[in-house]
Amino acid sequence: MAEILIHAKELWCSYEEDDRRVPVLRGISLDIARGEYVAILGHNGSGKSTFAKLLNGILEPEAGELVVAGTNLASPDLTDDDIYALRREVGMVFQNPDNQLVATIVEEDVAFGPENLGVPSAEIRRRVDDALATVGMSDYAGHEPHRLSGGQKQRVAIAGLIAMMPSCMIFDESTAMLDPAGRREVIETFEKLNREQGITVLTITHYMNEAARADRVIVIDDGKILADGTPHEIFADPGRLIAAGLDVPQCTSLIHALRAEGVALEGEPITPEECADLLCRALEGKKHG
Amino acid sequence: MKNIALGQYYPAESPIHRLDARMKVILAILYIVCTFLCKNVLCFAALACSSILLILISRIPLRTVLRAIRPIIFIMLFTAVINLFFTKGEVLLFSWWKLQIYREGIYSAVFMVVRIIVLILGTSLFLTYTTTPIALTDAIESLLSPLRIFHAPIHEFAMMMTIALRFIPTLSEETSKIMNAQKARGVDFSEGGLIRRAKSLVPILIPLFVSSFRRADELATAMECRCYRGGKGRTKMTIPRLHVRDFVALFLMVAFGAGIVLLNRYGYGYTM
Repeated sequence: MAEILIHAKELWCSYEEDDRRVPVLRGISLDIARGEYVAILGHNGSGKSTFAKLLNGILEPEAGELVVAGTNLASPDLTDDDIYALRREVGMVFQNPDNQLVATIVEEDVAFGPENLGVPSAEIRRRVDDALATVGMSDYAGHEPHRLSGGQKQRVAIAGLIAMMPSCMIFDESTAMLDPAGRREVIETFEKLNREQGITVLTITHYMNEAARADRVIVIDDGKILADGTPHEIFADPGRLIAAGLDVPQCTSLIHALRAEGVALEGEPITPEECADLLCRALEGKKHG
Repeated sequence: MKNIALGQYYPAESPIHRLDARMKVILAILYIVCTFLCKNVLCFAALACSSILLILISRIPLRTVLRAIRPIIFIMLFTAVINLFFTKGEVLLFSWWKLQIYREGIYSAVFMVVRIIVLILGTSLFLTYTTTPIALTDAIESLLSPLRIFHAPIHEFAMMMTIALRFIPTLSEETSKIMNAQKARGVDFSEGGLIRRAKSLVPILIPLFVSSFRRADELATAMECRCYRGGKGRTKMTIPRLHVRDFVALFLMVAFGAGIVLLNRYGYGYTM
C-alpha cells in the first residue's frame, strides 16, 4: 500500500449545544493512502462534514489520533504555523460556490492562494493559467464570478486550490448546490485531478451516483464508520444503506427489484452504463436461450 | 439582475483605458486642480475643449458620458442661479424688484457650470468609466502604501473594498430573491405611506442581514483555508508597470496646467 496520507484512530469530536456536549464523531478509525479517490457517504447530521473539517484544522479533535500529511492534529502543542503548512497540502472546497470566491475577476481569484503563499509573480501567472486549463475555464479568465453558473464557480474554486499545488483535496458537499449539469462538470474535474495529477481526492456527499464513481466508499452513520469498501461491495447490500438513511443508486435498486421478481441477473452494476450493458446481455441471452 | 454593472466601467479599447490606474488617479487629481486654476473666458474655453477631447479619446459614447452628469443637474442649476443673481458687478443688464443681473453674474454662472461639468467628466473619464473597480482599488492601495510606515491598515482596507465589490452583485441578487419570496407571501412593497413602506422593508432586511453574516463567516473560513494571513508576505500575480505612455500622459497634463496658468495672464472680459 502507498504512503498513508490521512491516519485517524478512535477519533472523537463533539460540539456544544445548550451547555451539553453532543458527540458528532464517535470513534472513527481509517487510513487513506496518497493518490486514493474516496467518497464519504452519509445522510445529514451523520458527522461526515465534521470529519472533513477536522482534516484541515477548521475544527479540533477531542480525543483520538489524527495525522494528516505528517501533521499531528491531535497534538496539544499544534501551532498556527503547523496548520498553515497543513493547508498548503490539504485544500478544501466548500458547499456554497458564492461564499468562497474572493476576487472580482476569475483569474485574480485563482491567484489568491498562491499570492498568500508568497509565490513569485511569474510563477503565479504560470500556475493560474495551468489551473484554469485543468478545470477547463481558460476562456473565462477575465470574467466576473457572479456571471458564471454554479458549476463554473465551483471549478474556479477548484482551480484556486490547484494553483496552490496541494497533494490532497477535500470536497465538502461541493456538488450539493449544483444542478445536474454543474454536478457532472465538477465530478469530472475530481476524476481528472485524481487520474492525471495523482491528487488524493476526498469527496463528502450524499449523492449515490457521485460516490459510485470513486475508488473507495466510506459510509458514516451516527458518527461511526458503517461500511468501507469499493462501490461494488458497498452497493451490493442495499439494506444496510437504507438503514443508514441513504439511497442506493437507481440502477442498483432496479437490478435488485428485478431479482426480487425472479429475473436471473449476474453482477452488481452501479453506473447507468454498466446497468444498461447487463440488461442488454440478459435480454440477448433470453432471445437465444 | 445578472447584468448589474459594477460601478460604471465602460469596456473599450482606448488610450485612456490602457493607462496605468495609478497614473489615472494622479491625472484625475491634476485635472481637478486645473479646473480650479481657471479664471477667465480663455481658460474655461480651453477647459471645455480639453473635456471634449477626452471624451473623443476615451471612445465612450456621448450618451453614456452624459449619464454621469444627470444626477448633478439640480446642483448645477442651483449654483448657476445663485451665481447669476448674487454676483455684483459693474454692468447692470437687468433689474426687477430686488433681483439684479450683472454681466459678471452671467460670466460667473457659466464658469461655475462649466467647472462642475468638467469636474464630473474628468473624474468619470479618468476613473470610473475607464478603470475597473478592482484596478482602482489596487491603484489606491499602491498609492497609499507609503502610509504603512504609520501602521495604517492599507492592505486590509483594499481587501475589504475588493470583497465588497465582489459581493455587491451576489447580495443584490439575493435581495431580489428575498423580495420575490416575501411578495409570494403577500407583502406589498408599493402601497401605503412612507412609514408603512419602510416597515415592509423589515422582512427583507432581516433575512439579508442574517445571510450576509453567514456568508461572511463562510468566506472567512474559505480564505483561511487558502492560507490567507493578512498582507504580510503576500505577493501579487500582476505587478503593474508604468509605461512610456503613462509619462507622456502626465507630461501632457502638466503642460495643460501650465497653459491654463499662462492663459490666466491674458485677462479678457470677466476674471473670477
